[in-house]
Amino acid sequence: MTSHAPTEDRGLLRFTTCGSVDDGKSTLIGRLLFDTRSILVDTLRAIERTSAKRGLGAVDLSLLTDGLQAEREQGITIDVAYRYFSTGTRKYIIADAPGHEQYTRNMVTAASTASLAIILIDARKGVLTQTRRHSHIARLMGIAHVVVAVNKMDLVGFDRAVFERIAGEYAAFAAPLGLRDVTFIPMSALEGDMVVDRGTSMPWYEGPTLLEVLEAAPAEHAERSARLRFPVQYVCRVHDEGLGGEGAARDDGRAGAGFRGFMGRVESGAVSPGDAVVVLPSGRETRVRDVQINGVSLARAEPEQSVTLLLDDEIDISRGDMIVRRGDGAEGRKQIEAMVCWLAEAPLDRARKYLVRHTTRETKAAVASIAYRIDINTSAEVPATELRVNDIARVTFKLAQPVFCDPYEENRATGAFIVIDESTNNTVGAGMIL
Amino acid sequence: MTHDARTGTLSHLDWLESEAIHIMREVAGQCANPVLLFSGGKDSICLLRLAEKAFRPGRFPFPLMHIDTGHNYGEVTAFRDQRAAELGERLIVRSVEDSMRRGTVVLKAPGESRNKHQSVTLLEAIEEFGFDCCIGGARRDEEKARAKERVMSFRDEFGQWDPKNQRPELWNLFNARTFKGENIRAFPISNWTELDVWQYIAREGLALPSIYFAHTRPVVRRGGALVPVTPLTPPRADDVVEEIMVRFRTVGDITCTAPVESDADTVAKIVAETAGTTVTERGATRLDDQTSEASMEQRKKEGYF
Repeated sequence: MTSHAPTEDRGLLRFTTCGSVDDGKSTLIGRLLFDTRSILVDTLRAIERTSAKRGLGAVDLSLLTDGLQAEREQGITIDVAYRYFSTGTRKYIIADAPGHEQYTRNMVTAASTASLAIILIDARKGVLTQTRRHSHIARLMGIAHVVVAVNKMDLVGFDRAVFERIAGEYAAFAAPLGLRDVTFIPMSALEGDMVVDRGTSMPWYEGPTLLEVLEAAPAEHAERSARLRFPVQYVCRVHDEGLGGEGAARDDGRAGAGFRGFMGRVESGAVSPGDAVVVLPSGRETRVRDVQINGVSLARAEPEQSVTLLLDDEIDISRGDMIVRRGDGAEGRKQIEAMVCWLAEAPLDRARKYLVRHTTRETKAAVASIAYRIDINTSAEVPATELRVNDIARVTFKLAQPVFCDPYEENRATGAFIVIDESTNNTVGAGMIL
Repeated sequence: MTHDARTGTLSHLDWLESEAIHIMREVAGQCANPVLLFSGGKDSICLLRLAEKAFRPGRFPFPLMHIDTGHNYGEVTAFRDQRAAELGERLIVRSVEDSMRRGTVVLKAPGESRNKHQSVTLLEAIEEFGFDCCIGGARRDEEKARAKERVMSFRDEFGQWDPKNQRPELWNLFNARTFKGENIRAFPISNWTELDVWQYIAREGLALPSIYFAHTRPVVRRGGALVPVTPLTPPRADDVVEEIMVRFRTVGDITCTAPVESDADTVAKIVAETAGTTVTERGATRLDDQTSEASMEQRKKEGYF
């Protein structure tokens, strides 16, 4: 929390941190929270006590991200943790994924909502197998911006040559992956250099600090496709007087028609009254009569905004349908090819039917074929006939009903789906449509 | 609506609001019989505004419910009833004291905190009404056992939260499916901090129970916390009772909710104070969370919100 009033609201940025405890990931997160003054006194006192109990000379900032009792007992981190801080101009949500090899699914989960990834490299060790794994997952999950944090520079004498060698090594292996925007930062999370403050140990580095990169990163939606995608979540019908407030019904001037509003979130693009739209799957065309929140009309709904759309014509629309701009339709597909990360302990059973949820739509699905599995450590495509937990593979599903999708590369919201096992109701897979 | 003029980016409050509306609508779309837990506290007051934005001009697709410990401040329960009436929505109240009469809640000491006993009454109410989802105002920044909480958190038929058996939650594709007897706890303001809540209350001009604002109250100082002097929490023989300006940051069971010293008597002043605050909300005000490092985690496993 900051003590200065926000002067400009740069919205919200979600990012993920990849690395193991050994890379100083917990210390880095602790440092970000500490130096942005997001750690409060009672929390700080608690970790001071723990640090002293463990015989440490200084406060161990990594204790700030210490997890659940169940995890402490086992000495492992079992889940993605979410942390928050604000600089006064921007709010941040950190999805902190454990770095363990067997937790690919955790990193996939953390990366799914992030628009930036911080990949930690220990300056003493350089690029490792896990660096490749983290980078590959970041690419696969559509993260546009990667910060390679070469950490523990204090342990290599803040040596510029070490930093430049690691940056060169990383750039060489990452180029074929197709990461678009990579920033290299030498840092010491332990001492605080180049995280929030520049420090004095690396005058040779002229690039941005980590916080400067975070503050400047574009908002998530800015890089999505600009095509209108409005999956209908819920249909609001009011036949009686409605309820109090500005939103009371009977605003459409049609006797007996009542109020029919289509509620959902603008996943991409924007929508305004008067726009010509098409409703999928029916293909019926109409115009947007009004865009509302709580009965208040808006001139325009922005990407990521939850609103209610009123349409000119009475069309039968239900949850799972999608409203798009005329001439800019999403493709309806009954067969989807996707990169799929398997999340469940029970392997994918090719004989079984699963449920696919795509936006607000659910349909039965069966595996048509598995093309290959990716060795996430080497990026190699290897032949595969099955899919086990933490595997990532290229899979084709046949669907009972079409989904209206875009390639994940163009639009995360309409390119992503989850696989649900109906016998347990668990979420067992995550897919990115090609 | 306040947008960044150059990019069309939603302000952080608009983004959080939109996400919360999205989550509530997913509950409405996926669950057969949800309920919204409304205590009259600030977080659930925000939930009601979010529900208005999500569902008006329609009715809420769920009733409101309060699990009353019988240890609430009168101002808060009065506010609760008034707010439900203004909205024209159905309010269910189920009482820990009824569970005590049934013998399902047994107190170890007559005056003890009933906070943890709410779990029993909540589970009884879930069974009575067959609720498949409870919408609550918990936030991930409140306590470390909450940092890993899902937006849609799965509870088994005994209401238990198993940290090792939570569904992966990716993108904004929430899975609220349940079998009969199981339950989802949905947390639309998971990603909000205490400051976000106060900024939202300020922006929306939301009314709050009076005890959130600075007022003079008799208190005693115990272990770094202020303990209000009430019939349930009388002063001990060696206590020094002081009349000072305080406000509550959370309102719950009287026996375990402490005020903080403050002269912030408007929402704007509370926002300013929260932005500069140095003690976490639960650290300052929840006497029950300090008992053991893992006490929230323990209570959640037992079915607590």
